[in-house]
Amino acid sequence: MPFKLQRREEHSAWMTLFSPLIAVALMLATGAALFASLGIDPVRGLTVYFLEPLQSAWSLQELVVKATPLILIGIGLSICYRANIWNIGAEGQFVAGALAGSYIPIMMVGWEGPLVFPAMIAAGMAGGALFALIPAALKVRFGANEILTSLLLVYVAQFFLDWLVRGPWRDPEGFNFPESRLFDSDAITPLIFEGGRMHIGFPVAVIIALLAAFYLTRTIHGFQIQVIGESPRAARFAGFSQNKMIFFAFAVSGALAGLAGIMEVAGPIGQLRPTISPGYGFTAIIVAFLGRLNPIGIVIAGFVLALSYLGGEAAQVTLGISDKIARVFQGLLLFYVLACDTFIVYTFRRVGAVREAS
Amino acid sequence: MEIYEAIILTIITAATPLLLAACGELVAERAGILNLGVEGMMIMGAVGAFAVAFSTGSPYLGIAAGIGAGALASLPFAFLTISMVTNQVATGLALTILGLGLSGMIGDAYIGQPGVKLQPINIQGLSDLPYVGRILFSQDVIVYASIVLLVLVWIFLFKTRAGLSLRAVGDSHSSAHALGVSVRKVRYMAVIFGGACAGLAGAYLSLVYTPQWTEGMTAGRGWIAVVLVVFATWMPGRLLAGAYLFGAVLILQLHAQAAGVNIPSQFLSSLPYLATIIVLVLISRNRTLVKKNSPACLGKPFVPDV
Amino acid sequence: MKRIAKLLAGAAALAAVALAGSAFAASHGKTKIGFIYVGPIGDHGWSYQHNQGRLALEEAFGDKIETNYVENVSEGPDAERTIERLAREGYDMIFTTSFGFMNPTLKVAKKFPDIKFEHATGYKRADNVSTYSSRFYEGRYIIGQIAAKVSETGTAGYIASFPIPEVVRGINAFMLGAQSVNPDFKLKVVWVNTWFDPGKEADAAKALIDQGVDIITQHTDSPAPLQVAAERGIKGFGQASDMIRFAPEAQLTSIVDVWDAYYISRVQAVMDGTWESTDTWGGLDAKMVEMAPYTNLPENVAAEAAVTQESIRSGEFHPFTGPIYKQDGTLLVAEGDIVDDGTLLGMNFYVKGVDGELPN
Repeated sequence: MPFKLQRREEHSAWMTLFSPLIAVALMLATGAALFASLGIDPVRGLTVYFLEPLQSAWSLQELVVKATPLILIGIGLSICYRANIWNIGAEGQFVAGALAGSYIPIMMVGWEGPLVFPAMIAAGMAGGALFALIPAALKVRFGANEILTSLLLVYVAQFFLDWLVRGPWRDPEGFNFPESRLFDSDAITPLIFEGGRMHIGFPVAVIIALLAAFYLTRTIHGFQIQVIGESPRAARFAGFSQNKMIFFAFAVSGALAGLAGIMEVAGPIGQLRPTISPGYGFTAIIVAFLGRLNPIGIVIAGFVLALSYLGGEAAQVTLGISDKIARVFQGLLLFYVLACDTFIVYTFRRVGAVREAS
Repeated sequence: MEIYEAIILTIITAATPLLLAACGELVAERAGILNLGVEGMMIMGAVGAFAVAFSTGSPYLGIAAGIGAGALASLPFAFLTISMVTNQVATGLALTILGLGLSGMIGDAYIGQPGVKLQPINIQGLSDLPYVGRILFSQDVIVYASIVLLVLVWIFLFKTRAGLSLRAVGDSHSSAHALGVSVRKVRYMAVIFGGACAGLAGAYLSLVYTPQWTEGMTAGRGWIAVVLVVFATWMPGRLLAGAYLFGAVLILQLHAQAAGVNIPSQFLSSLPYLATIIVLVLISRNRTLVKKNSPACLGKPFVPDV
Repeated sequence: MKRIAKLLAGAAALAAVALAGSAFAASHGKTKIGFIYVGPIGDHGWSYQHNQGRLALEEAFGDKIETNYVENVSEGPDAERTIERLAREGYDMIFTTSFGFMNPTLKVAKKFPDIKFEHATGYKRADNVSTYSSRFYEGRYIIGQIAAKVSETGTAGYIASFPIPEVVRGINAFMLGAQSVNPDFKLKVVWVNTWFDPGKEADAAKALIDQGVDIITQHTDSPAPLQVAAERGIKGFGQASDMIRFAPEAQLTSIVDVWDAYYISRVQAVMDGTWESTDTWGGLDAKMVEMAPYTNLPENVAAEAAVTQESIRSGEFHPFTGPIYKQDGTLLVAEGDIVDDGTLLGMNFYVKGVDGELPN
């Protein structure tokens, strides 16, 4: 190979800043080529896909609604990934949180008042965290690979949800259709504007992002995560417990996924149904990486991914092209981000040049 | 046909795509690359195989196209993780997402078209043998290929110099590099081989299992293949057992229902996943076994010191 | 409801006549009609047939209307946004074609009182929300009869999606049809917990065949079970659309969802300004359910099936005519009585003779 990677003396500040922007630019270029190959004017295609959803107050609100769960889950995942712990099962934890929180409005009918919603949030976070602790415990106790166990548990959670809404939690007045009863007004995620769908989940997500940023950069515990992730050996010498960190990271990411889950069913959905997530837990993995595992970056990345969904819908309605294009854009974007990030730590040298230098 | 024969035949069909994809993933992981993009490569194989078989009418050309499509899909992953040392978990996920999207777009033209089915080969005389005739001698060519492939992979890994080099790359890329093995070249080959196997598995789905194209038709089988590799502690022989065991749970839960066993079907449907978790835990408990076989450099990027 | 269905069929016929004279022009230019599909239009089942209905609209009204659709809309939080997107883009009428869109449809309808909404298979209505569904069970009774006549083992296999009333009703209708021919007929049911997963549906078909059924029927959307039936040399029935090209030697007939007449009549009503919120549950008589040609059958069986079909269509016979006993032996309706629509709509029990327990 004529080029070789070479580690930079220090991280490139320039690339740290511009890498995501370059990645987005590359994705847009590929997108333009893709539109052209489908016989659509690339400028029009990109405009409809990436700009139109930003042009009305309604669709901006919808963008926020879509980004909120992605941001919440993404922040939790970033803590795991920084510690080199691979929680791939946020989708299952999202469902588990939604189930735990929904117990209150479905099974405790008649309980009203201002405490209902906070109780649901607490139950949702606890449910998500407990479900996430299963792969954590299996890893710590038995050494079972957490990528696989957390992923397999997604299927289990979804089947359990399915069983509940078709069986014991079915709406008694719903003609045996698979849906729970609609939640009472006290059990609904409060809206920010009357009539819209934007709910308090978004400000909550922003606050959590700020807290996470503070925690990761300004606390000793946050620093431990970094050390454990980058150099397990050094972490052991320093006396940091890898096992405690596994439990902690899974619990936090599970709780945040659970929070996203309960706010979603109590908010935009308003009841429990067989499908409550269009793959938020998986998309959030892209969000975490696109945001470079940085909480503030994740807020921005959440919006980019939300835009890719809304744009996909707009493209389908306006341009008449397949909705699958959204996934193509998401996959490409992640590829480009990962490739560009390489340049933060490395630089390419011509093999000949390297020889001369040495 | 006796019922046990029929059940075994069905299990073999269910296990074959898992076995094929897992076989490729095993080689990639032995070389130190964790590729979570199996699902994406598999579905690219499925759509490639269907498209070519449909336009040419030949299932064999379809198989070739499936293998090619899977290998092609693995290239961007190989480039990023090996040449650009990106994070393997994230890159693999990107490949899966991209594969699901791209295959859907390519496949739009083939939705609702009846496919070309690859027919089983009946070995005259032998397939009429009592008890085992049908099971052993009237399968399609891909089923035999999956077994042969597995044996070849075993011979390659443990009986050849090249296989030894590949394992060395996975166990300690720095020492392999010091000994003059081209770490990147070996890894490229291993990843592309993994892609080709996943593509063949996809071809099996769209040409044999259900001869049609449908969006997302891999339905998570690529992930199961990844799980099976750990399940098998990176040993080809155990992979065979794992794939057939998983296929058996998958099929027997349906038989249990048909026979009138009264358990919620959602529970039965989640049984294969629960069973896999339990087996995974049982295997992982034996840490010496896992340590002995697991490639020490799995998932770690390699940058040679210049 | 039946009366409504008949009226609609009549209206559709009238509309067609009127159109032939092309006497219409909508008052405000083109009427815009949007569709929301839960699956891909290429599923060859449910969403495919709704899209056929949309194409029939374009055929019937030409450039007086403009139609559009969004496919693969998840029944979760995205549904409401997708429906609202169409509403905001000035569509005059929106068809939401899956049960899971019920509450989102009602929410959006409340915000856009001038837009007419049509929701398939739901039970909640509003001033600008109609509901519609088909009496697919009429077809299931017919195929039950055919199955009992053709089967040599006296056992059929039924691949079921989810235990909702729609599917349970289908199983019961099939069984009643089969029992009218062979009182000892047996039915094995496998629940696959999906509407559409070709691999899993194929596995279920194989498991059933391995257990000795020689007829396969399904309430899932992919042609995979029929392909398996063809491969194993047994017979089966298509679902939702005519699947004959997937199994030319195995398909006996198929229960086809036809939305053309209904969609044409409803769009016509919007153009005429006569649209009202209604609840339609039409069957063979309203041409909302049709049977694909009877193939691969002995002549007499095909002829008898056609007779049954005609007697159901004409209203002379109702598939749920007593005496019908529930699985536990209690009497549901006495001889000569007919099960009322309310019980049919919420059906959550098996009739006598179905093996196994209904998942609950």
